[in-house]
Amino acid sequence: MLKIENLHASIEGKEILKGINLEINEGEVHAIMGPNGSGKSTLASVIVGRDYVQITDGRILYDGEDITKWSPEERALKGVFLGFQYPVEIPGVSMVNFLRAAINEQRKYRGEEPISPSEFLRIMREKKNLVGIDSALTNRSVNEGFSGGEKKKNEIFQMAMLEPRLAILDETDSGLDIDALRTVAQGVNALKRPDNATIVITHYQRLLNYIVPDFVHVLYKGKILKSSGKELALELEEKGYDWLQDDNGNGGI
Amino acid sequence: MEKDQDKIISEVTGSEYKYGFTSDIEMDTLPKGLNENIIHEISRRKNEPEFMLEFRLKAYRHWLKMEMPEWAHLKIPEIDYQDIIYYAVPKAKPNLESMDEVDPEIRETFTKLGIPLEEQKRLSGVAVDAVMDSASVKTTFQESLAELGIIFCSMSEAIVKYPDLIKKYLGSVVPYTDNFFAALNSAVFSDGSFVYIPKGVRCPMELSTYFRINAANTGQFERTLIIADDDSYVSYLEGCTAPMRDKNQLHAAIVEIITHENAGVKYSTVQNWYPGDKDGKGGIYNFVTKRGLCKGNHSKISWTQVETGSAITWKYPSTILKGDYSKGEFYSVAVTNNYQQADTGTKMMHIGRNTRSLIVSKGISAGRSNNSYRGLVKVTKGAENARNYSQCDSLLIGGQCGAHTFPYIEVDNKTAVVEHEATTSKIGEDQIFYCNQRGISTEDAVGMIVNGYAKEVLNQLPMEFAVEAQKLLQISLEGSVG
Repeated sequence: MLKIENLHASIEGKEILKGINLEINEGEVHAIMGPNGSGKSTLASVIVGRDYVQITDGRILYDGEDITKWSPEERALKGVFLGFQYPVEIPGVSMVNFLRAAINEQRKYRGEEPISPSEFLRIMREKKNLVGIDSALTNRSVNEGFSGGEKKKNEIFQMAMLEPRLAILDETDSGLDIDALRTVAQGVNALKRPDNATIVITHYQRLLNYIVPDFVHVLYKGKILKSSGKELALELEEKGYDWLQDDNGNGGI
Repeated sequence: MEKDQDKIISEVTGSEYKYGFTSDIEMDTLPKGLNENIIHEISRRKNEPEFMLEFRLKAYRHWLKMEMPEWAHLKIPEIDYQDIIYYAVPKAKPNLESMDEVDPEIRETFTKLGIPLEEQKRLSGVAVDAVMDSASVKTTFQESLAELGIIFCSMSEAIVKYPDLIKKYLGSVVPYTDNFFAALNSAVFSDGSFVYIPKGVRCPMELSTYFRINAANTGQFERTLIIADDDSYVSYLEGCTAPMRDKNQLHAAIVEIITHENAGVKYSTVQNWYPGDKDGKGGIYNFVTKRGLCKGNHSKISWTQVETGSAITWKYPSTILKGDYSKGEFYSVAVTNNYQQADTGTKMMHIGRNTRSLIVSKGISAGRSNNSYRGLVKVTKGAENARNYSQCDSLLIGGQCGAHTFPYIEVDNKTAVVEHEATTSKIGEDQIFYCNQRGISTEDAVGMIVNGYAKEVLNQLPMEFAVEAQKLLQISLEGSVG
């Protein structure tokens, strides 16, 4: 589904990603771990097309197509979803309007009629239950006055509504207490299907107690140092990231 | 980041005016320039009674002694008042009986604007007094209104048919001595609308006028007078668009409203005159004096305006709260883009006791535009227990525009409570990207955010106008629509 080949990317002339290779197939959950500043969020940004990240080499293939020149909207409409690390507040725009606009854009893209209000409300009710989001939140402006936990839950709620093929969750676990963490994880697990895939970006292992990844990658200084099964996460939790440098002779942390 | 900002700015602010076309209609015009002969001729062509000619001449002589005001936060190019045509009328027959008699060209123009008269009539039940340049072309629903004693006609017609009302009220709220543009308008005003709602009558429909400036180099000097007698109510809508022009066009209208005891007038405007092109070339100069007088106790005047057009806007719809317990409201959204300049706001003059006023102003600036709110809240000595609440918000799109707030508060009575709140916010790149990531385009995102921001004001508009205004806000700020 997603294939990243030798990706080099920089922000304001500073190279952040230094040759990433990654392949993600349908039905898989990948965890990307790494210390702060290793390039995890930059990787997420570059996949969804944030234009302050410049690709200097390599490419990103999505269903076989090179998407590096695509607009963020196009990627979104093709089913790429980002759960933001810091979801922004949009005062004056209600969650309901926002989501209906997003869903109708998808439908338009697929050549379908706009969603009927009753159908929309039905789906919303269903997904709210799935994610365990408070009903009152959807009547408010997008993220406005939401607590940190509510914002993160709201990201998962949007993911549930939009049913992406590829979901990238950027540090969705940071700032969450254990109950919120569990709710978020349950949501993600419930949305898992054989034809979609999820990338979970985190630097704590604890989320991976609830979302079990098929693969764990360690990102460090812009490179993937190690890829392995879910047991790698536990190893990292136990030993930290330091031991990896010896494996690869790739400089200290 | 800077680069992204620039990109968003250029995308969002690169929109060209959508209604830039002119219709080819035969005009009856007077030569350029202004002197007493021109004024005589205007009055003569309009078959005006003697008192009206005198009114015009007095105004003209006063105007000659005045100078253009310079206090506004505007850069106004010099205007050559002798290079303007002060009278232009489409050569259509006046007093038409049915739509069939309306010049097909004019009807076509309205269709292009998406404002077909027939449909308006049939679907929305709005009586439309359509003004094409200076003369009223069509007045509808007059008969059913007349049954209730409501007068809704062109100003020219009112001057001839109801001289007593005109003598009593015209210039009673905005005297010709009021300001430079008011004097000019009083001297040369061409036409406009007249509304009289008799005692105890609630006007059963929204009254609406669509203005359209349509002849090159023709100044448009509209004059509107609305009188609501005791215990009456009317909601009046005004909406405008204008064709693309290279040369700046001067527009100096006057609107006067009088509400008697327990009467209410709601005056809504959607203004979308040609704002000039991307480089600031062309566009309408809009110098308007709008003022209402809450004459009777418990009377109310509410102004709602959505201003997206004009190269320069100088406009302060105001209310004089003379009657005890009278109430004034002002709801405004002013959008400036590219090189537009707006200095707009309101004045609330508390004179009566227990008077209330509310001001909600939302400025939106994009491109290299400048958007100023200027408001005066004045509480005079006798105005016991006056209350005012003002909220002035500014929204910036991009880093090259300006937003300014000039609130003036003058209080001469200790019992007054005057509150003022102001905020400034910016549409951030992060907000736009968040929407993009959900599949929503930058243009739609801006439209959504702006409409959310202006919701409080848009909600004040009558239903059919609210929808139009929402679209207009988005169009005014979009990069490449349609």
